[in-house]
Amino acid sequence: MITVIQPGLYTTVQDQGRFGFYGVGFPPSGSMDLYSSAVANILVGNPAHAAVLETTFVGPTLEFERNGRIAVTGATADITIDGVSIQPWTSIEIKKGQVLAFGGISAGVRNYLAISGGIGVQPVMGSRSTYVASNLGGVEGRALLPGDRLEVLADSESHTNRNRFETPEYLRVSPLQHHVIRIVPGLCNYLLDSKSQQLLTAETFTVSTEANRTGYRLTGHQLNFIEREQPFGAGSDPSNVVNLGYPVGSLQAPSGTELICLMRDAVTGGGYATLATVISVDLDILAQMKFPETVSFEAISMEAALQLRAQRGKRLQSLVELIDAVT
Amino acid sequence: MDTYTEFVDGAQASFGGDEFIFVEVATDMDLEATLRVIALTDSVAAAEISGVTDICPAHVSYMLRVDPGIRDPRDLLPILAKIHKQKAKDSKLKIESRIIEMPILYQDPWSHEVLMRFRDRHQDPTLTDLDYCSRINGFSSAPEFIHAHSSRLHIATFVGFMPGNAECYQLVPSEMQLQAPKYVRPRTDTPDRALGFGGAFSTIYPVQGAGGFQLLGRCAAPVYETKKPFGPFEHSTVLPKGGDIFQYRSIEMAEYEDIRSRVKAGTYQYRIGTLEFDLSQFREDPTGYPLTLAEALP
Repeated sequence: MITVIQPGLYTTVQDQGRFGFYGVGFPPSGSMDLYSSAVANILVGNPAHAAVLETTFVGPTLEFERNGRIAVTGATADITIDGVSIQPWTSIEIKKGQVLAFGGISAGVRNYLAISGGIGVQPVMGSRSTYVASNLGGVEGRALLPGDRLEVLADSESHTNRNRFETPEYLRVSPLQHHVIRIVPGLCNYLLDSKSQQLLTAETFTVSTEANRTGYRLTGHQLNFIEREQPFGAGSDPSNVVNLGYPVGSLQAPSGTELICLMRDAVTGGGYATLATVISVDLDILAQMKFPETVSFEAISMEAALQLRAQRGKRLQSLVELIDAVT
Repeated sequence: MDTYTEFVDGAQASFGGDEFIFVEVATDMDLEATLRVIALTDSVAAAEISGVTDICPAHVSYMLRVDPGIRDPRDLLPILAKIHKQKAKDSKLKIESRIIEMPILYQDPWSHEVLMRFRDRHQDPTLTDLDYCSRINGFSSAPEFIHAHSSRLHIATFVGFMPGNAECYQLVPSEMQLQAPKYVRPRTDTPDRALGFGGAFSTIYPVQGAGGFQLLGRCAAPVYETKKPFGPFEHSTVLPKGGDIFQYRSIEMAEYEDIRSRVKAGTYQYRIGTLEFDLSQFREDPTGYPLTLAEALP
């Protein structure tokens, strides 16, 4: 068991997501930065899909009631055990009675705390991920509160005694203040006028203060749509379409005034034209960005998007092999 | 590779990043296109294609989610092309469906309290949503609008947005189709189970939250239930499925309260019947045919 002394700003239980129910309106949820979440799990000997805690800006203060191993990845934050600083991206032993505390963040947004065994909340529809909008999963379908007690699943013996392991620098993520985010054009992109299609990849957009697990609003440039007779049932604005499915990571521009990138708690559909989709690898990067950081978009092919996805898988596999080699 | 792939039936496919395929069957709302989407996605489901994790039909388009670790999403395009080709010849516009009665307290006090808080975001702040919808659809009073809305069936043509949400299109002759714009700016609050109306679509809000549809009333029975899995929620946390037909029955406060207490006790029984919906029969007799469907209610 872990007792929540302070919950932090917005801390939820997340795993790698809930699949198979998008068609009836359930987004995948899951860790916003799936890579960092998987690395934290691998460091403590869990499968990559085990449930972790995801923090937002200010992480929690937690008391551990049993010995185990932890790892914190993601944003750059000050983390302590009983007041002594610990290294991020590192497999660390924690003892019964010790208190883990998160301090301020200097880069990025979200930390991932993995605990050997994994958080043991009841899975809902195949996942432990919290989806707050529909009160589903995690701890009573909500963010943590003071006094919550989190069950930790039994960990496998082979990993409880593993050596302290530090993730090499090249396998960590480094949140920056500007990132190039790669997109695959498609969906209703043909509704943008040609000038706006160019503008989407030529200009810089700023992450707004409205950026959360559902969506990231990005401001900067007016986009314009081609003139056409609006389809029956679509609505009168040129950015309106008859309601359709929204991919996770898809970009839309209501009235052309700002971009919204749907994140892992996405609404699964709606009535705004979708313009392109952020590739899964770069959704992790966007998830660590905040106001007033900036992005520019680069259009890439499906081929390139799939290669980058495969490379992420290889990075995780190489971490597993590095750890196996030293333990 | 081109951004868009066109199938033989005119549908257009493209990729939503490395995990999604989006297929636009039509751009205008049209029941024939909706039934085609249902037929196409049923065929995709029946093909049990490995790597396809989610099948998401919408009004006139659909989306598939693919796990690229299991299957390259590009491999699906020829498979979909084949399914579209098969279905292009298939002019049978019938679906197996359900009819479900939803008890509605129109002009309920909870929606009224919320809508009055957001008058500044409405097209006409001097009227309630119901009075506004009545007026712009040419009715002289709210009860006339309620009668037009509740006496005719509605078919779910898009299930999604949030769990339990189902946008429903009314089965009436086109000259009787009700319409209303969404709020000028969305509300930040809506009661759960509120009956909303926007564009040409009605929906029951599954949970409390933001929303932009005109608020007409509140349903006594839930469409989304996680805490007490009674009746239809024993097998699914959401009630509506694509193609379901809804009868919104206008009720009074006494019955509303009675149903609420039975829902809370887990003893409320939804009236649900099964039927076949035939678009060609609806087109031949859009007034009379839906009346025969209502007979399928137990």
